[in-house]
Amino acid sequence: MRAYLPAYELVVPRTLSEALALLRDEPGVWQPFAGGTDLMVLLEAGRLEHKNFFSIAHLPELHGVEASDTHVRLGALTTYTDVRRDAFLSREFPMLAQAARETGGVAIQNRGTLGGNIANASPAADSPPALLAYDAELELVAAEGSRRLPYSEFHTGYKQTRMRPEELIACVHLRRPRAGARHFYRKVGTRRAQAISKVCFAGLAESEGAMLTNVRVALGSVAPVPLRCRRTEELLTGKNVDEELTSAALEEIAREIAPIDDIRSTARYRARVAQNLLAEFLSSIA
Amino acid sequence: MKELSNSAGETSDGTRRTFGGEAEARAVADEGGKVSVRCTVNGEAVTLRGYPLARLLDVLREELKLTGTKEGCGEGECGACSVIIGGELVNSCLVPVAQAEGAEIRTIEGVADGERLHAVQRAMIECGGAQCGICTPGMVLAAVNLLEREPRPTEADIREGLAGNLCRCTGYMKIFEAVVRAVESKDEG
Amino acid sequence: MSDGNIGKPVPRKEGRAKVTGAAQYVDDLRLPGMIYGATVRSHVARGRIQKIAFGEGIPWDEFTIVTARDIPGANAVALILNDQPYLADAVVNHPEEPVLLLAHEDKYLLEEARRRVRIDVEPLPAVFTIEDSLARKEVIWGEDNVFKTFLVEKGNVDEVWSGDDLVVVEGVYETGAQEQLYIETNGVIATANAAEGVVVQGSMQCPYYVHKALVKLFRLPEDKVRIIQTETGGGFGGKEEYPSMIAGHAALLAWKSGRPVKMIYDRAEDMTATTKRHPSRTRHRTAVTREGRLVGMEIDFVIDGGAYATLSAVVLSRGTIHAAGPYNCPNVRISSKAVATNAPPHGAFRGFGAPQSIFALERHLNKVAAAVGLTPEELRRRNFITKGETTATGQVIHEDVDLAALLDRAFELSSYHAKRERFSRENDASRIKRGIGFASFMHGAGFTGSGEKYLQSIVGCEATAEGRVRVLAASTEIGQGTNTIFAQIAADALGLDYDSVEVVRPDTGYVPNSGPTVASRTCMIVGKLVETAALQLKQTLANDGLLAESFTQDDFARACREYVERHGALRAFTQYRQPENVEWDDEHYRGDAYGAYAWAVYVAEVSVDTLTYETRVEDFVAVQEVGRVIHPVLAAGQIEGGVAQGLGWTLYENTVWQAGRMANGQMTNYIIPTSADIPPIRVHFFENPYEGGPNGAKGIGELPMDGPAPAILNAVEHATGVAFDRVPLVPEAVMDALLARAGRGLKDVDERQTTGTGATAV
Repeated sequence: MRAYLPAYELVVPRTLSEALALLRDEPGVWQPFAGGTDLMVLLEAGRLEHKNFFSIAHLPELHGVEASDTHVRLGALTTYTDVRRDAFLSREFPMLAQAARETGGVAIQNRGTLGGNIANASPAADSPPALLAYDAELELVAAEGSRRLPYSEFHTGYKQTRMRPEELIACVHLRRPRAGARHFYRKVGTRRAQAISKVCFAGLAESEGAMLTNVRVALGSVAPVPLRCRRTEELLTGKNVDEELTSAALEEIAREIAPIDDIRSTARYRARVAQNLLAEFLSSIA
Repeated sequence: MKELSNSAGETSDGTRRTFGGEAEARAVADEGGKVSVRCTVNGEAVTLRGYPLARLLDVLREELKLTGTKEGCGEGECGACSVIIGGELVNSCLVPVAQAEGAEIRTIEGVADGERLHAVQRAMIECGGAQCGICTPGMVLAAVNLLEREPRPTEADIREGLAGNLCRCTGYMKIFEAVVRAVESKDEG
Repeated sequence: MSDGNIGKPVPRKEGRAKVTGAAQYVDDLRLPGMIYGATVRSHVARGRIQKIAFGEGIPWDEFTIVTARDIPGANAVALILNDQPYLADAVVNHPEEPVLLLAHEDKYLLEEARRRVRIDVEPLPAVFTIEDSLARKEVIWGEDNVFKTFLVEKGNVDEVWSGDDLVVVEGVYETGAQEQLYIETNGVIATANAAEGVVVQGSMQCPYYVHKALVKLFRLPEDKVRIIQTETGGGFGGKEEYPSMIAGHAALLAWKSGRPVKMIYDRAEDMTATTKRHPSRTRHRTAVTREGRLVGMEIDFVIDGGAYATLSAVVLSRGTIHAAGPYNCPNVRISSKAVATNAPPHGAFRGFGAPQSIFALERHLNKVAAAVGLTPEELRRRNFITKGETTATGQVIHEDVDLAALLDRAFELSSYHAKRERFSRENDASRIKRGIGFASFMHGAGFTGSGEKYLQSIVGCEATAEGRVRVLAASTEIGQGTNTIFAQIAADALGLDYDSVEVVRPDTGYVPNSGPTVASRTCMIVGKLVETAALQLKQTLANDGLLAESFTQDDFARACREYVERHGALRAFTQYRQPENVEWDDEHYRGDAYGAYAWAVYVAEVSVDTLTYETRVEDFVAVQEVGRVIHPVLAAGQIEGGVAQGLGWTLYENTVWQAGRMANGQMTNYIIPTSADIPPIRVHFFENPYEGGPNGAKGIGELPMDGPAPAILNAVEHATGVAFDRVPLVPEAVMDALLARAGRGLKDVDERQTTGTGATAV
């Protein structure tokens, strides 16, 4: 443990409004602490810069999964285990279920939360590509009220988001995909479990006959942010998948992503695998 | 609202409490900057005291002298520090003590029933699933937890259920065998 | 009388303590008044220390601070060359080199203080690769950057290259650094003062190595230094030499503070600052007849030793001797070097140089086979060493070695031929390319050459008045089963129950020096001494007329009680004596390199996903002959564990270096196999008792590290048609090679053509 522990604070507000009041009254001083699967790692390494945290793990408003005819609402504190064990989510949002299954091991899945994964804003996180491909919308809550924001607009740069200092992520809204949609998720992390992704791909395609009516493609670990590839989507939408379209899409996505070399992989590898996975996704659309 | 699925964090059945912390049971720091939290460890009510972000791992080991919980990496990667909270496996190195209020914690010391070993422990000895032994407490808890959730795991279930617990000695084969043996021995009664 | 324990899966001695969490590792212990110690390290690879500054806001007067000037004896870790300081004085030679020690009772404040010490270093040019070190781009050690060289010569290799009917095949092979990654990090607790001397307990493989080092560090009489091994959470070589360093540090802090000092590395420090497997580069040049008979082998083997000599010379020695493998070749020259770079010293790791040189050979032989139009299997069959033939050092093999039988069995268990044929047929149409490959190899047990003669290991057995037998040895239980097999061996020698024998915890104040727990020597060499000591114990009782030829457990207990009443303690000690027929020439590196070898053939089946370029091992068969198997479960556990480590080294464990420092020193970024990554590992033993070992046993621990890397890469070659010659084989490298080949328009080339790239017919 490299951190100087006496310097850190973790308070436990009684209610959500008490938590939001903390954020309002002392803006920038307090940060939320959910499952701790990222923050505790930084703490251990002596690299947790922020000092004052409040626990949100027990706040009932931030839990729960609810479905309506058209949408599903996932509380920010929905854990990966919650997702995995939920038959409805596994059926309707298989990419999210797969992302949950491939994040860490069982013990991490029991503590890691969707909201935490989003707020931590790592470009290598496993659930954001799936959430982007499901066109997620975030509900942010503050003492003064709440607002909704398309998730695709949330990340603005490496570890930068549009969340204001007085806000918490309350929940994630997903639109239920059409039956028969193609869901394609692949996390590439060299080993089979407990890996940090080198490339993470999520693709959703709805089609009428041979024509793609709605395509969403998102990637992790290939840009400073979890990336929704809108130009590639536009290129594909309204077209029939064929060899020509596929090669145009591969070119487009290569322009859209901005992978780097780091200790886990190379830009070259990430770019090529992203293309390969896009090609595989497209070829899987019957 | 059409379908109400198994809701996250729901505690009515008491099995999903990997987070502690009832609102009214709020932990307040004392003069030394430490908090005291009430919880149960291996069925016994205890009060844990530590800096709010102190790792449950350290508090268990240092305050309660429950040294069977081991540190392997301190970053939730190796699983040596696994404990079971509210019926779910967690890495105690990632749990700050301030979040343990009201938690039901089970450590390796609470797995055997007195002198009588748990079926997983017996099988680990018989099958050679423990070599150097440092991953063993966490591995035993992961296996115990797996069998509690899934009494008849497939090989894939076993591999996945233990994937968060790294072992550098065995190559895992003997651990898989031990889990299978534990299932069989339970069948035999 | 017991009906014998050998070959039976008796329960591991410390099994119950380990599965209940009761086993006490060093971090589980606390002494009254104990404080915590930490190491402040260099951030620079090489340079001159200018200044050490202590930052503000820390109550420095509360801290114990130790620098090189506080060392009472010699500032060098006593090992082979004694060139590595405990604390850098004027210069630093690698990143993470220890410069200063701190201790305080508040471990959180200690970490804060560690951050506030600033060590200013004026950088000097540094060397980070084998090539730059060999080229003396900068001389960073001695006169030429070379720690050690060896030359092994057999026949006259210079005369073979010109034969008419010969094919000459060349190749270059490389291996990367590998972290041992025992799950328990290095740690010790020390107490030290002038009156009582130094006591260190901790996680370690070799208590007497630490003892020797601390005697010199403190300039104390031998009986004033006592080293006790605590339960040890894995070693794999990583706790062979390094504990001498951390034990010295903790003891220096204890000496200065007058209080017990606990020093436990966190994972990041353990990964970045302690030893790893030596990176290597091997060049092969082989002359082979068109019929596939090896005629000449010229091997140039180089390992990267890091900044100090430490154990590199002996790692190089083992790697050198194993470099020509289990083959009969009349003309061999192996020249080898261990060179310096400005990285933390590389050190012992299971296999000790042999996995590196065997990887090169077993990849190269596939290349040789392709060059002469033979299958990898047939080439090896034509050259397997057999009884009466000689190894590269001229050692005559006296055992009935039958590698062909091991190969047959391994192929049968793995359905090698059927799969090889099927994969070759199906791969064209598949996105997943499958392959199967193998490696055949041997591993010598015990210290190399005269090593055991110099060690002069001693083992004792004692019996209490209650008839309980205790084995006294410095050989440590580190998970491999020392306690269990020693008890089995002693019990069998005495004709007693397994439960009546226990193995005493290694404590230099109590047990004799049975040598280090390394080199696959614990069972074969030390186990034999255990057997002898136990027999002597029995003989002592018999000589006193207390024990008949046939006796029960109760008779034995009665005899012990009677003996203890008559004479006091009942103990027997025995010392190693080199067998008469073993001859070794240290100067020319010729003769009987090892008392015995274990022999093996490993088969790996892989799949390569052409979408992600990831390689997965789907199945693994390990067939070996290790003499007599003492404990079938422990023995299989050794093989499976070694195979898993080998698999990690081959496909996952990529040490990323940045200016001599490991950049991925976290478990998150240095990835070892999980339970989801390991294929079924099927282990099969052939038994061929070796007369020099206890109950016929040979060494086993390191063997399984040698085979996986070449077997897996040979399988990848079968799957993809690409000959990869470096481990770890990361997906990025697979991609580059597959794309380069596609770019050359060689999409569907038959294996023989692509593997023959290094071949030139003369």
